[in-house]
Amino acid sequence: MNDVVLYTVLSLTGIGLLAAVVLYYVSKKFHVTEDERIARVEAVLPNTNCGGCGQPGCHAFAEAVVKSGDLSVLHCPVGGNPVMKQVAEVLGVKTVEKDPYIAVVRCSGSFEYRKKTNVYDGAPSCAIAAQLYSGDTGCAYGCLGMGDCVVACDFEAMYMDEKTGLPVIIEDKCTACNACVKSCPKDILELWPKGKKNQRIYVACLNEEKGSTARKECAVACSGCAKCAEACRYEAITIDHNLAAIDPDKCKLCAECIDTCDVRNIIATNFSPEKLLQASEHRQKREERERKKREEEKAKAATAATNPETPA
Amino acid sequence: MSQSLLTVAPSPHIHTELTIPQVMRGVIIAMVPALLVSVYNFGLGAVYVTGLSILFCAGAEWAICKFLLKREPTITDGSAVITGMLLAFNVPSNLPWYIILIGSLVSVGIGKMSFGGLGNNPFNPALVGRVFLLLSFPVEMTSWPQAVATWSLDGTTGATPLGILKDGLRAGETVPALMQQMPSYTDFFFGFQGGSLGEMSAFALLIGLGYMLYRKIITWHIPVTMIATVFVMTGIFWFIDPTRFASPLFHVLTGGVMLGAIFMATDYVTSPVSHKGMILFAIGCGVLTVLIRLFGAYPEGVSFAILIMNAFVPLINTYLKPVRYGRKK
Amino acid sequence: MKKRAFHKELKTFRLGGVHPQDNKLSATVPLAQLPLPKQVTIPIVQHIGAPAKVVVQRGDTVKVGQVIAQHEGFISSNIHASCSGRIGIIEDVMDSSGFKHLAVNIRVKGDDWLETIDRTDTLVEEISLSRDEIVARVMEAGVVGMGGAGFPSHAKIKVPEGKTIDTLIINGVECEPYLTADHRLMLEKPREIIVGVRILMKALGVSRAIIGIEDNKHDAIELFEEWLREGKQIEVQPLEVQYPQGGEKQLIQAVLDREVPSGGLPADVGVIVHNVGTTFAIYEAVQKNKPLIERVVTVTGKDVKQPSNLWVRIGTPVIELITAAGGLPESTGKVVSGGPMMGKAIADLEVPVAKGTSGILVIAQAETKRTEEYNCVHCGKCIEACPMGLEPYRLLLLSKAGHSEKSKRENVLDCIECGSCSFVCPSNRPILDYIRLSKTKLKKLK
Repeated sequence: MNDVVLYTVLSLTGIGLLAAVVLYYVSKKFHVTEDERIARVEAVLPNTNCGGCGQPGCHAFAEAVVKSGDLSVLHCPVGGNPVMKQVAEVLGVKTVEKDPYIAVVRCSGSFEYRKKTNVYDGAPSCAIAAQLYSGDTGCAYGCLGMGDCVVACDFEAMYMDEKTGLPVIIEDKCTACNACVKSCPKDILELWPKGKKNQRIYVACLNEEKGSTARKECAVACSGCAKCAEACRYEAITIDHNLAAIDPDKCKLCAECIDTCDVRNIIATNFSPEKLLQASEHRQKREERERKKREEEKAKAATAATNPETPA
Repeated sequence: MSQSLLTVAPSPHIHTELTIPQVMRGVIIAMVPALLVSVYNFGLGAVYVTGLSILFCAGAEWAICKFLLKREPTITDGSAVITGMLLAFNVPSNLPWYIILIGSLVSVGIGKMSFGGLGNNPFNPALVGRVFLLLSFPVEMTSWPQAVATWSLDGTTGATPLGILKDGLRAGETVPALMQQMPSYTDFFFGFQGGSLGEMSAFALLIGLGYMLYRKIITWHIPVTMIATVFVMTGIFWFIDPTRFASPLFHVLTGGVMLGAIFMATDYVTSPVSHKGMILFAIGCGVLTVLIRLFGAYPEGVSFAILIMNAFVPLINTYLKPVRYGRKK
Repeated sequence: MKKRAFHKELKTFRLGGVHPQDNKLSATVPLAQLPLPKQVTIPIVQHIGAPAKVVVQRGDTVKVGQVIAQHEGFISSNIHASCSGRIGIIEDVMDSSGFKHLAVNIRVKGDDWLETIDRTDTLVEEISLSRDEIVARVMEAGVVGMGGAGFPSHAKIKVPEGKTIDTLIINGVECEPYLTADHRLMLEKPREIIVGVRILMKALGVSRAIIGIEDNKHDAIELFEEWLREGKQIEVQPLEVQYPQGGEKQLIQAVLDREVPSGGLPADVGVIVHNVGTTFAIYEAVQKNKPLIERVVTVTGKDVKQPSNLWVRIGTPVIELITAAGGLPESTGKVVSGGPMMGKAIADLEVPVAKGTSGILVIAQAETKRTEEYNCVHCGKCIEACPMGLEPYRLLLLSKAGHSEKSKRENVLDCIECGSCSFVCPSNRPILDYIRLSKTKLKKLK
């Protein structure tokens, strides 16, 4: 009996020792030396592995950023400037400030405004519906409302509003990782500069149909009437394919365009009502001035035409 | 347009009528003949055990969904009823209620719901419960009442033909001598033998198989292959030495081979998906059953054989691909 | 045992297949002419390949058979005016694909045909044109595959370089439930179809043609056996009823037991397949100089009052067909352009009939509504049903997880989208929906 115990203990100890030696040898032999800065960069990153930076994950980002040492291209949208500052400290390079972005929903066609023209009964996925047909409403550009974007969001920063059928972005949680943008087959979601004081202005419509057709499809569709473009002092609004588009780089957030839209589909976030009212009055006064000026010029031109003797 | 809105969906626009609840109903109907034989043989005990088992299994699934997983209970798909029936088919008809309760909880709780419910369990839930009970309550699980219709819950108990065989051989007797003590093959076929609730009558089980094949619920691949494997393999041993090994017909008709091959091994979830895979799986089940019966410690090996082969199913599914069109090299 | 009604044994394809209910409600209804609509909207894209270029303007007057859009390149097709009248608006309209495409609207006035078209019913058996002339004539006539795919037919009657074709297969299978357009055409125009087959044989230079017809069309098989008794070159092959036998690859396997290699064409195994409808259109194009301006469309459905088979001008709104068949039933859930297995559900009844529209199927909500979805139980029925030998259940999981590359290794691109897997799934899982998604993603990556 004692022999059995002895042999068991001896053989197990032997196996243990042998394994330890082999493991030690293998770990020495195949040791990979990695730049220790990679680990330090990784430590300051959010480690959400969302892929928003364009790299497969946070480790890959750390590797890439250590290798290139250039912070102007590689940027972690989730961590934003504070994290990138820390990364810069680790690498000992100058930090590059980038404006934070946020995802915006560029469709306002809620149930109320955009009537259903048929009932979709396929698998509940926007991607599948989008390859089947143009959608269950008249508008071929609008949100399909099955929430592929909500599924794609790793940060629980989105939900589908049951009353409108449109996705809603929770400002504080959105990290601009781009996942929802990639998931949307209709390109409704777009990354937009977060803006000073979280204020931003964008057109919540993508319908490129002619005005009359677009309005038939959706009561708040942009008809491309160009009133907003005319009102803009900074030429930030252009009309292309019957659709108004705001250039966020040129937009000065003056908000004077907001009430030119007869369907109120230029969205201004985090503006106080007073500010919007002020902007509206401002624009009206300016337009009044410009109109008067034009009339005066017209009158002048008219008098000039009737009195040809007047010296030029 | 006064007409209500048209529906749009990707093709196909029609669907077979054989949906999950229909399939489950079909399997339950297929099990009825075996149940009837059992009621005829064991009387009230069979009704009692089966009823309790179904009740406990469905109740367990309902409670787990409702209170643990906090989701819509899924008992309407009928799979819990089948698990309950199969569990009952695999136990003696005089099992006390608390053992049935434990068996049901293990079957549904550990065997199925812990993996995410219907479709995700690697092992046949009823067999998980059965084997758990066999290991935990060996005495209760192996004292089978004799096949006499008694309408009281107590009866005389005894061993199964396989048990008699195993014990006899261990005691040094020969097969022909042991066979003298047993009922005839016709009795085995129609179900006059001791044993678990559902494995009494090969005839009743074959009716069930016929029904399931007719309704296209299962294909022939698993049951036929598994029974044939047991027959052929025991036949080879019998041919070598008929004094030490029983005849292939005896092996096929007694114990759980029929029940296992027809109702347990064919479980959709825990059997391979392709026909090739099914055949391989069934051969494995048959071979293991015979090995356990002839050389193992237990007189019966169907449950263990199927459970062991269940573990190979993901592997079989990954490596045995169906014949592809147009990819011949 | 199966009844042996014919000289030959029934054949079928080897892998997979399902048996949906036949429901050929209109099989005994003779072809009838649909009255001319008030206006037609003719889509410019009705074929695979380069879109045609519109050559008319708003306000122009056109005659029946006049070219309104000219093909661009070889893999493209002419579009003709199907009615005479004045050209209306030319703009993007919703067609049966579910998306908007460019289409020409014609306000119908009278029925004024081009004089070059032979409108008589007389059978012209003599084939006077040469091989190249046949190809040119078919190209001019804008004939495309009428089984639904819409591949320009002239491209399929020119033998590809480096390939030898030994057999022509004529697809008279019509395996989709409900549809009877090809069946009726075979019954009423058998001699024209046979001439069409001979034209195709001449153009392809083959000496053997086989007409494949499913066993549920006894009358058509008997009729063709009757007409083909003398000649040895053209034969009829009766086939077991099994979906999707009308798929090109399945039909070739059924008739000749040859397998088209993955990613290849039937020509790779020496076969060309044409549909009976296309064959008839080719007969009319070559012998009668008549372009493809009308086709047979089955209008059917369990609750449709008069299921019918109609000669319909291309571009006629679907609602006109349904009205002719007794109006849209109360119970309607879906209107499908095509058959129930592969057809497209349409959202708008103004959608025009195109060259590939073989049927308009009105399905009741109760019959078509998708029911509760369960977990996959790994029953293997989809594998059993798949005619391409794929593992649909696995492809669904891979697609849901976004693993397009892995699906490619599992041969997802071989899928012919027949819908057998979704049809047969007891858990009602949308298998094909997700497989299509994988395919689209992979094609985009290319």
